[in-house]
Amino acid sequence: MITGDLKATYAADERVLNNSYKQTFVLAMAALCALMPFIANDYIILVASQMGIMLIAVVGVNVVIGYTGLLSLGHAAFMAIGAYSIPILHRLMESIGLPDGIMPFLAIPGAIAISAIIGIIVGLPSLRVKGLYLAVATLSANFIIIFLIELEAFAPWTGGLVGLNTPDPNILGWQLDTQREMFALIAALAFITILAIQNLFRTRVGRAFIAIRERDYSAEILGISLFRYKLMSFAISAACCGLAGALFAYFYARILPEQFELALSLQLVAALIVGGMGRTMGPVFGVMVIVMVPEVLKFTFGMVAGGAAEVVQLRAPVQEIIFGLLIIFFLMFEPLGINQLVDRGIRALNRWPFARG
Amino acid sequence: MLEVRDVHLSFGGIKALQGVGFAAKAGEITGIIGPNGAGKTSLFNAISGFYQPDRGQVLYDGDDITGLSPDRRAELGIARTFQNIALFRGMTVLDNIKLGGHTRLRTGLWSALSYFGPARREELELRREIEEKVIDFLEIDHIRKYPITILPYGLQKRVELGRALAMQPKVLLLDEPVAGMNREETADMARFILDVQEQFGITVLLVEHDMHMVMDICSHIVVLNFGQQIASGTPAEVSGDPHVIEAYLGAAA
Repeated sequence: MITGDLKATYAADERVLNNSYKQTFVLAMAALCALMPFIANDYIILVASQMGIMLIAVVGVNVVIGYTGLLSLGHAAFMAIGAYSIPILHRLMESIGLPDGIMPFLAIPGAIAISAIIGIIVGLPSLRVKGLYLAVATLSANFIIIFLIELEAFAPWTGGLVGLNTPDPNILGWQLDTQREMFALIAALAFITILAIQNLFRTRVGRAFIAIRERDYSAEILGISLFRYKLMSFAISAACCGLAGALFAYFYARILPEQFELALSLQLVAALIVGGMGRTMGPVFGVMVIVMVPEVLKFTFGMVAGGAAEVVQLRAPVQEIIFGLLIIFFLMFEPLGINQLVDRGIRALNRWPFARG
Repeated sequence: MLEVRDVHLSFGGIKALQGVGFAAKAGEITGIIGPNGAGKTSLFNAISGFYQPDRGQVLYDGDDITGLSPDRRAELGIARTFQNIALFRGMTVLDNIKLGGHTRLRTGLWSALSYFGPARREELELRREIEEKVIDFLEIDHIRKYPITILPYGLQKRVELGRALAMQPKVLLLDEPVAGMNREETADMARFILDVQEQFGITVLLVEHDMHMVMDICSHIVVLNFGQQIASGTPAEVSGDPHVIEAYLGAAA
């Protein structure tokens, strides 16, 4: 139980994990992720890996939408850039004869950097337009990038409509050719991403993003350059999505352009809305829900119909309906998402049994 | 310190400012008064960089800053508050004031991502400085962790002043700092403004409708009416000026 807010130093007051619940939660998650490759079955590893990849992407989306307040619907495109960078960069590195063991160390930062640069370009409209108009601009960027990937002229590099086979990462001789090993990599990078982004929002850079979200002219009057920080926000956000895309490419054996279309962008935004915009833990909660929905549906449909074809084909539309309902529910009743529910729960727990609510 | 030279500004056919020019002396409080629609806020917007004057110059410390963007001017040391409070409503008082320190901090993207080390040292230094110099000074210790939305109007105005002070500006533009306040709150704010000028030596430019306060604390007053500068001088000179009396009370019948 926590009975007061008694800090003796500014350093103690500035801590992020400032109560025992948060500390316990993070430690438990870290321990769980560390143990999973040894104890979990293949199915759990698969679902957890999907969560990890999506989590990194949603953390990125959170930077632009949640913290900077710029509505973007094109983030799947940055994942596509990250994902396609991997096989292409591997091919380039093979052609100059680099050893396999160091390729991921160049390919992953490369994929992140390329995504960040594309992110800055896609973010340019944010200097002129806001809200829905920006959403449309980024949405069209998503279509354009997928269109370019599918284009016949680039097919020798991108594989066009049929996609590309992707390599397994080889880290200094350790070939990550099972999903179990990939999960370890994904989990580690997810932790690092969340930590880095959390750090960002403890400093002037992150505060500047939030200031732009809250009131842009007021941010300007404090010396925050909208040009610089809006584009920086897009770059960081795209970089996270690029990393997620790169891991996506390493995790699966093949990537296809249709995997990165608008539906994925919407799923990322849905996860953010459900989890809680502009909060560190928002993406974590949101991704858990958004990845679990299809899995739970698969399970229930399997039980109900025993696999009858006419019932199973209902699963995809039902899934879309549930995503839609979740977004509407949270926007109407809890715009700050699950994160807010959890915060409220913790507060109530702190006061109990002396007071309620 | 801050000089405005023959500034003209128009929006379509409306001439908001027509040849306004004055100099605010370093370390003094200069008041800008005038009836509604006289162009006071337009003048502030021209000084802080939101509007580009059609003609004329804004000089800061002798340098022409007319072409600079608002954020560049902020970096040079011009801070401002707004008539209808422009705080970041979703943030706490502390975070709002910390944002005032933005231009003085050096943390870049890479050190921010890693935090521990230089970024942390700088953040803690900023926190200490804000606590000791701003929060203490404005007597807002008790609300530092509160979100802006739940604060009463008078305190919000004070927090906005605090955010401007955290910039450690050389020039402070205050747009109606006591509008809508009762007498007690007004007296408090007037005391803070005088303290700002005395303790920190900041040059203050003040737009205000409360004549008692303006006459009491300003050493120099500029009077605008329909975009034109109709008088300029000490409070005594201005209040006896026939043009000013006419603008406020109408022509003698």
